[in-house]
Amino acid sequence: MCANKYANSDADARSEDAPPRADLEGTRAVLEDLEISRALTRIAHEVLERTKGGEGVTMLGIPTRGVPLARRLAERIERVEDRHVPWGSLDITMYRDDLRLAPARALGRTDIPADGIDDRVVVIVDDVLFSGRSVRAALDALNDLGRPRAVQLATLVDRGHRQLPIRADYVGKNLPTSLRENVTVLLDELDGRDAVLVGPAKPRTVSEGDR
Amino acid sequence: MRHLLSAEDLSYDEAILVLDTAKELAQLSGRSVKKFPTLRGRTVVNLFYEDSTRTRTSFELAAKRLSADVINFSAKGSSVTKGEGLKDSALTLQAMGADGVVIRHSASGAAHRLANWVDGAVVNAGDGTHEHPTQALLDAFTMRERMGDLAGLRVTIVGDVLHSRVARSNVVLLHTLGAEVTLVAPPTLVPVSVHTWPCAVSYRLDDVLPKTDVVMMLRVQAERMKDAFFPTAREYSRRYGLDRERFAKLPSDAIVMHPGPMIRGMEISAEVADSPRSTITEQVTNGLSVRMAVLYLLLGGSESALRNQEAQG
Repeated sequence: MCANKYANSDADARSEDAPPRADLEGTRAVLEDLEISRALTRIAHEVLERTKGGEGVTMLGIPTRGVPLARRLAERIERVEDRHVPWGSLDITMYRDDLRLAPARALGRTDIPADGIDDRVVVIVDDVLFSGRSVRAALDALNDLGRPRAVQLATLVDRGHRQLPIRADYVGKNLPTSLRENVTVLLDELDGRDAVLVGPAKPRTVSEGDR
Repeated sequence: MRHLLSAEDLSYDEAILVLDTAKELAQLSGRSVKKFPTLRGRTVVNLFYEDSTRTRTSFELAAKRLSADVINFSAKGSSVTKGEGLKDSALTLQAMGADGVVIRHSASGAAHRLANWVDGAVVNAGDGTHEHPTQALLDAFTMRERMGDLAGLRVTIVGDVLHSRVARSNVVLLHTLGAEVTLVAPPTLVPVSVHTWPCAVSYRLDDVLPKTDVVMMLRVQAERMKDAFFPTAREYSRRYGLDRERFAKLPSDAIVMHPGPMIRGMEISAEVADSPRSTITEQVTNGLSVRMAVLYLLLGGSESALRNQEAQG
């Protein structure tokens, strides 16, 4: 059910998040599509191993780019283990701690699979782990939605510079960066290609700083 | 700080932003914990100079769901009955540090005046016969839920247009969203300035109904009727009431709306009001989501997300 919803509405609604081409000048790709694919396959296997076969696992992506990643991970686990893995999206906008620093932003979509999250092993999926504040907001949001058996964190890229005591359980690639650098994740579903780009930081709003 | 004073303040994009935000919020209202920490530490004052339990309660609940502190300030039993004017009430609120003020007042333009006196965001919850923008937004939201895209939708608004802020706000907002609006009312209840509104006007409900996707019945505002606008309630009902026969003239997928409170038997027959094609109770539910969206967009960030509006006057 979620797959269709995502393809139709969310991708369109969020397409403005795609960085314009000019923004990508001066960046270098640190991961290309095959490497991203391999990283996700590895994470899927790690999830299976740690959760003993993926029983009771629910993947929840943080919009925008965590959601297609959550779907891809769920699909990979299904392929390997022939077990249905529910996936959805968890919008954290209303739980952010930096709301007062920028104009109110449009809400993303929260789409919890029909089984809910009670007594499930919820894997939060995000594209970039940076300050950890998004994850903190996600934990708060989860808390209002139910009581998972356990919560784990998967991220495609960990770029460091944590401001909170948060650590990912599954990391696609550890990417040491300077604070003056920008990390951009492009995904086929939203941007037409898969890549992780690093480049010099452009002047940007504070609110983006923690992604 | 920006405000929501009139449906005219909303551009197409902003109106869609409010409706989309409300849709996400509506989806979240089914969960067991319905509260968000978003407006924690902010204060919203409901400044109600006119009685309106349902609108006030709706705003109060919306603010509370977003964790704001809510103060209800109603005219009865307050300093207003001791003779305090709007400006002094405003200065008091200002001194208390209200971040948002929701105002209902019997004088048209009161919300605009207030916006000049306080720093907080002002939301117009009905000023005299002028505007009621959140009602128009919740009506548009309800139409969107039931009928999909509003572009080209044929909406007929029936009844006391003259005294209705709901009609005025709806005409403006629905026009912004691309719907075609027709007002139907007795000639005595059509405002003089109606030719400047972006809508058509008709006096004959029966002619319009077959070409209508949404029929919105208005309340006959007895409290604003200072003259004899129509001979008897019975005659009004016969010509402009929505009964079973008239209902049958609508296309089979058309819906019936009413902002409430309705006078059953006069404006609308009980049978029509309780039909599955009536959205009257849905409108109340949607009102909560829309008001949460408005409060979130006005107060949720460092500045309003509804940007192209300035306090006027």
